[in-house]
Amino acid sequence: MTLSSADFAAIWLTLKLASLTTVILLLIGTPIALWLAHTRSRLRGPIGAIVALPLVLPPTVIGFYLLLAMGPHGYVGQFTQAIGLGTLTFSFAGLVIGSVIYSMPFVVQPLQNAFTAIGPRPLEVAATLRANPWDTFFSVVLPLARPGFITAAILGFAHTVGEFGVVLMIGGNIPEKTRVVSVQIYDHVEALEYAQAHWLAGAMLVFSFLVLLALYSSRKSQASWS
Amino acid sequence: MTSQINVRLQLSYPGFDLDLDLQLPGKGVTALYGHSGSGKTTCLRCIAGLERAGQAFVQINDEVWQDSQSNLFVPVHKRALGYIFQEASLFPHLSVLANLEFGLRRIARNERRVDLAHATELLGITHLLQRTPNNLSGGERQRVGLARALLTSPKLLLMDEPLAALDSQRKREILPYLQRLHAELDIPVLYVSHSQDEVARLADHMVLLSEGKALASGPIGETLARLDLPLARDDDAGVVIEGRVAAYDAHYNLLTLRLPGSTQHLRVAHGPLAVGQTLRLKVQARDISLSLDPSEHSSILNSLQATVISETGADNQAHVLVRLDVDGCAMLARITRYSRDQLNLHPGQNLWIQVKSVAVLV
Repeated sequence: MTLSSADFAAIWLTLKLASLTTVILLLIGTPIALWLAHTRSRLRGPIGAIVALPLVLPPTVIGFYLLLAMGPHGYVGQFTQAIGLGTLTFSFAGLVIGSVIYSMPFVVQPLQNAFTAIGPRPLEVAATLRANPWDTFFSVVLPLARPGFITAAILGFAHTVGEFGVVLMIGGNIPEKTRVVSVQIYDHVEALEYAQAHWLAGAMLVFSFLVLLALYSSRKSQASWS
Repeated sequence: MTSQINVRLQLSYPGFDLDLDLQLPGKGVTALYGHSGSGKTTCLRCIAGLERAGQAFVQINDEVWQDSQSNLFVPVHKRALGYIFQEASLFPHLSVLANLEFGLRRIARNERRVDLAHATELLGITHLLQRTPNNLSGGERQRVGLARALLTSPKLLLMDEPLAALDSQRKREILPYLQRLHAELDIPVLYVSHSQDEVARLADHMVLLSEGKALASGPIGETLARLDLPLARDDDAGVVIEGRVAAYDAHYNLLTLRLPGSTQHLRVAHGPLAVGQTLRLKVQARDISLSLDPSEHSSILNSLQATVISETGADNQAHVLVRLDVDGCAMLARITRYSRDQLNLHPGQNLWIQVKSVAVLV
């Protein structure tokens, strides 16, 4: 016995969720990380702490507050209802929002470290060589921070794949909409389908190992620059 | 067009105030000289726009870069400047050639006044173009950084202690390039340094900074010879003189140099040079001794007639610094207080100075 069509649906949904979350996180995480790396503002501490919160909070706590916020009586829920989107709870869009918040530190922190390591000097040099800030970002910051971006993307993707608590709280368990691999494994175990659970759990184990292997091997080859 | 650099800056950090109002020549090399913490780097960064002074007016010849009264602040990347940092700060992800082209590519074609071949030849880096910055020595990196800045055809070159991170051998390697730059390109340079030797070699004009204020600003020769500045208390106090080659003695390998505005000569050990060429010399105050008679029987080569102008305290209690006039050319001599009293020195007195050594700077 191998994977069922429901298993494949869960895998497909998980990959879709993790990819979309990673792309969104790279887009919004980059400016946040840039700001955290270069600002002298007093807000640096508080904002950094908020971004890091998901590292220490139980996923159920994040899920609980997101459920309240996105539900029909929450601020976000009332807003999305007002603009005709309905509520985001128990939907794929809701899962994406939850994942973005949940995986945020795994993307922002490697980027912030990379930007801090680059320091302000190359940016100043680029400006004295007539590069405007956007130009500087694409021609200097991006190439110099490339290892940081790779680490951030891998960690953000892998961490979203491994998500369970937040999904269960705000997404429930709707096939092809919110039932991701981790939830599917949980369902198999509940139904005492241990063989099925083994296949999926084993696949997750191998996947996670390969991701971390790729990450740690690439780190060694990056050392030449620093 | 006014060929002048006007800089007014007011800036306060906790424990540090910068308050400058400088009118500097719009060509040649101006040294911003001072000890660390005097505000010279901050001044340079403000002129570049890397630091934003609260009250500021920055005008480079006919262009105004900053005027806080009319809320004008031209961002750094729109100021036609070249900036040389203490460390060369080459982009590590780009080859030497790509580093050089970084600025060049961002300049409109019709504004390019320095071409790649000229800049690489001027700085002796033509053979390095395909290398990566990691494979260069410190001196090579600094030369590439300099060429990279020149290729943006700047209207002002700002150099923040470009030699400070180099050992003395690398310094000697790069100094001739800076002097060539000075001679060949018509770009005004502001040169930050805490080394009197570099200033004496490179600068035409100097600003003496201390605790965020300018103590003096004037031509290098005049400023170094002033007795009322803290410079007089430096161990290597001395004067810079431009001498003109009058003759060359091939038998003894000695060059005879005429002092400006004078019929008196200095002889220095040097290779042959064409008559009429000028050489920059530094004469240290500690290398001059005073004598009441010409003392012809001496191994000291240079003995000149001079007049005592004034004196002040020197580096320590035992010494005094005497300013002398050699036919309009100022000289400083550092002698002991004891000798001063023995010679009964007084302003207006005529005597002979003996120059024990002369450093040829250019």
